Amino acid sequence: MEENGFEPRIIAFLCNWCTYAAADAAGISRMKQPLNVDVIRVMCSGRIDPSFVLKAFLEGADGVIVSGCHPPGDCHYGEGNYKTFRRMPLLERLLDQYGIEKDRFHWGWISAAEAPKWAELTRDFTRKIKELGPLDWQGYLKEMESKEA
Amino acid sequence: MVAKPRVAFYWAASCGGCDIAVLEIREKILDLAQAVDIVFWPVAMDFKYQDVEAMEDGSIDACFFNGAIRNAENERLARLMRAKSKILVAYGSCAYEGGIPALGNLSNRAGIFETVYSGSPSTANPDQSRPRTSHELAEGEAELPAFYDTVKSLGQTVDVDYFVPGCPPQAHQTWAVFEALLKGELPPPGSVVGAGQKTVCDECEHVKEEKRVKQFFRIHEIIPDAQKCLLEQGIVCCGPATRSGCGALCPTANLPCRGCYGPPPGVVDQGAKLLSAVASVVDADTEEEAERIVSQIADPIGTFYRFGLAGSLLRRSRTQ
Amino acid sequence: MKKISIDPITRLEGHGRIDIFLDEDGEVANAYLVIPELRGFEKFCQGRPVEELPRITSRICGVCPEAHLLASAKACDAVYHVEPPSAGKKLRELFYSAFYVGDHATHFYILGGPDFVMGPDADPAVRNILGVIGKVGVEVAGKVVEARARALDIVKMLGARTVHPICAIPGGMSKSLGAEERVHVEESARWMVDFAQFTIQLFDDLVLGNQEYVDLILGDVFALPTYYMGLVDDNNRVNFYDGLVRVVDPEGGELVKYAPHEYLDNIAERVEPWTYVKIPYLKKVGWKGFTGGKDSGVYQATPLSRLNAAEGMATPLAQAEYERMYETLGGKPVHQTLTTHWARIIELLYAAERLLELATDPEITDPNVRTIPTETPTEGVGIVEAPRGTLTHHYVTDEQGLVTSCNLIVGTTNNIAPMSTSIRQAAQGLIKKGEVISEGLLNMVEMAFRAYDPCMSCATHALPGRMPLEVRILNDAGQLIERLSQGID
Ligand code: SF4
Ligand code: SF4
Ligand code: SF4
Ligand code: FES
Repeated sequence: MEENGFEPRIIAFLCNWCTYAAADAAGISRMKQPLNVDVIRVMCSGRIDPSFVLKAFLEGADGVIVSGCHPPGDCHYGEGNYKTFRRMPLLERLLDQYGIEKDRFHWGWISAAEAPKWAELTRDFTRKIKELGPLDWQGYLKEMESKEA
Repeated sequence: MVAKPRVAFYWAASCGGCDIAVLEIREKILDLAQAVDIVFWPVAMDFKYQDVEAMEDGSIDACFFNGAIRNAENERLARLMRAKSKILVAYGSCAYEGGIPALGNLSNRAGIFETVYSGSPSTANPDQSRPRTSHELAEGEAELPAFYDTVKSLGQTVDVDYFVPGCPPQAHQTWAVFEALLKGELPPPGSVVGAGQKTVCDECEHVKEEKRVKQFFRIHEIIPDAQKCLLEQGIVCCGPATRSGCGALCPTANLPCRGCYGPPPGVVDQGAKLLSAVASVVDADTEEEAERIVSQIADPIGTFYRFGLAGSLLRRSRTQ
Repeated sequence: MKKISIDPITRLEGHGRIDIFLDEDGEVANAYLVIPELRGFEKFCQGRPVEELPRITSRICGVCPEAHLLASAKACDAVYHVEPPSAGKKLRELFYSAFYVGDHATHFYILGGPDFVMGPDADPAVRNILGVIGKVGVEVAGKVVEARARALDIVKMLGARTVHPICAIPGGMSKSLGAEERVHVEESARWMVDFAQFTIQLFDDLVLGNQEYVDLILGDVFALPTYYMGLVDDNNRVNFYDGLVRVVDPEGGELVKYAPHEYLDNIAERVEPWTYVKIPYLKKVGWKGFTGGKDSGVYQATPLSRLNAAEGMATPLAQAEYERMYETLGGKPVHQTLTTHWARIIELLYAAERLLELATDPEITDPNVRTIPTETPTEGVGIVEAPRGTLTHHYVTDEQGLVTSCNLIVGTTNNIAPMSTSIRQAAQGLIKKGEVISEGLLNMVEMAFRAYDPCMSCATHALPGRMPLEVRILNDAGQLIERLSQGID
């Protein structure tokens, strides 16, 4: 698994009220979690612009997680998570067309009470990304720019 | 008497439409010819590369450069025109953000060559020959410029002072840019000129009613109500994520905007913005329903980045 | 061995270059028309929804986007097995006829015409539109500008934009023609018929009235007997928008008449390592190199070719001119490539007459201009006559209508082989034992080339009126030993 020691870089955009709280709790109770996940806290999953995800991949993420409060009723701002579930399936398809494997992007819901679910997600996700190997978008762009006939 | 500004026009990987677009200012072309010295315009006048090479650096006041950077010759000329010009303007979608040729970034050189020179059904190429940068003919040596894997915009190749969006830019906008240039009223370098500060929707006469849709239609599947917003009738329209300036032309023919004026001010990625705008009209209260509705959108990448894949955040797709 | 490069000859769907190679004795060994550009539409149209292709493929060419738009929409109709309503088809043809008037007028007056009006030996400084104005009066310039403006106004009225209009979609047109708009079109069409007749009169006075020009037209340097291709209607008359592709041999006999979906039985394309553009030829005759004649699959697809390939024009005034041209030149087919300028103004008259017919058709304002497809998309071919040659779009899709294969044989490329051949002929006539008649070579090569109206001499070749050309003669070691040029020093 840890062949050639690849440690993926994973960016997680989490809403403040649910999944961020879960991640926080998982940390406090020292649940087993990989160190690969960098959490970026946003107020609501509905504030996660698809360009954040693209930018994360551009700037070196090997995988990206988006997670918020369970629909229908958990979102603190009412329907922010509705926005999320209308956008994310489309973003999934876009990423697929960009040639970014499905397993590099996860979106879903984890409530404040589901810390173990968060810990498990990070473990599974990190394992899958390790299997996929590095994405290295910048390196890829460079390679495709310099390759001349 | 102040010397007339020296102006150049050049095309790289383009369709010629941007040169025609300059002429679309119609009788004003004569005013332009009066007001400036056109020192280089391969499509219209007798000047050669050597003339430009012989000029002093910075001796052209403004160069309007259209077309994308697809091959080594395009890049060489981009560098040459940059060196010789005080102001370099990326004119038209291709130069500004890759344009239609940048859809080639969904593939690469090998993929394009394979399709064009082997896969195409009319091609008879038993030897699998390919154009080569250098080829020994019976009579001598023939050369071709190297074809790149990735299409770049002009701004990704050299420093650019101004960007004029549009495929092609509309005549009144082109004229506005010429006037600003002549009066010395151009905004600070780095700006987009010849366009508005809002979105195409703001200029569009189709009425928006804050409607949501349960179904998306492709353009051939529906005859839309000519008065109402196309997006709110389920036709993906790029108006909400496209800079104003054209006067919302395409909806006047009952067809959706395809985004040729590029992202509106402040938007880093036109496709991402459009994705959000399109998702916002989806009438779904459950994840399953949302998934079903958006699955009707046929080609997100080729629609959301129709004119701007090279200029997008990720620039191209990953190919083998 | 010497190599002469004419570089760059500006645009042909990209940039172009002519390499002329001389053999040991200083005779022309060969001439190559090199196109150093490719954009790869065939590849990146894959994966796109087929109904978007009219708007994507029109970006192949900003000079004749209307031709791509329509060939593409027709291919889409076939993919979806849908027939546009009668008014939809007529409206497409009306739109296209208006475009043709503008395009042919531009070519005749601004690009090709000056060669004739001023004469090929005139000082290059006057061999341009300004020279034409000087010779025949300033009102001509006004008329040319007006012809173009009127044509573009009709294009924009229907297509929303002048460059890259968008109105043709699978099943018909996105917009119908309003009653007031129709009045405007009719008025322009009448004006255009007059303008076309005026043009023919001008040609009569200035060109046919001058033996020197007639001799030039009929001279051998510019004769290239090949096969000829053009779209014809049910009565074998020229049609730009629809019909069957008819090919006649160098003696005028019909080789084949094929429907769009049969193009693959008839056309094949060669790949050459020295150019990015593929070279089409007639499959049934076969590729025999860059040469004319009945045994060679090289064909031409120009205004003259269309007239040669047809048996007449579908409108009365144009038909009379058609008959007069062949009578004057001594029968069909005509092989002198410069005659294509004459053929072009006959087509100009036809386009204007056709526009008028359509504008006064009672059905033309019918709001029913679209049929919504209901069948599963599969495969389709669409063909129109672009001003610069027969244009073929061929798409295959999956069940969702996403393109899996896109094949394009564009107007100008049809003529790559005959252009190369014409250039070689012109060069052979003008370079003997390594001796080059400098200005003559450049002029003649340019004229041989320009007669085809390759896209590179696109609508804007306006100001000085001649193509920048440079001929470089290199010795074996690649050293420059002589440099001839026009429009450079
Ligand atoms: S921006 Fe559009 S009109 Fe201009 S060169 Fe590119 S494709 Fe042609
Ligand atoms: S979405 Fe399209 S049709 Fe609707 S207002 Fe905007 S530009 Fe007009
Ligand atoms: S409506 Fe959109 S695609 Fe059409 S011209 Fe305007 S910006 Fe371009
Ligand atoms: S606050 Fe968590 S999704 Fe809106």
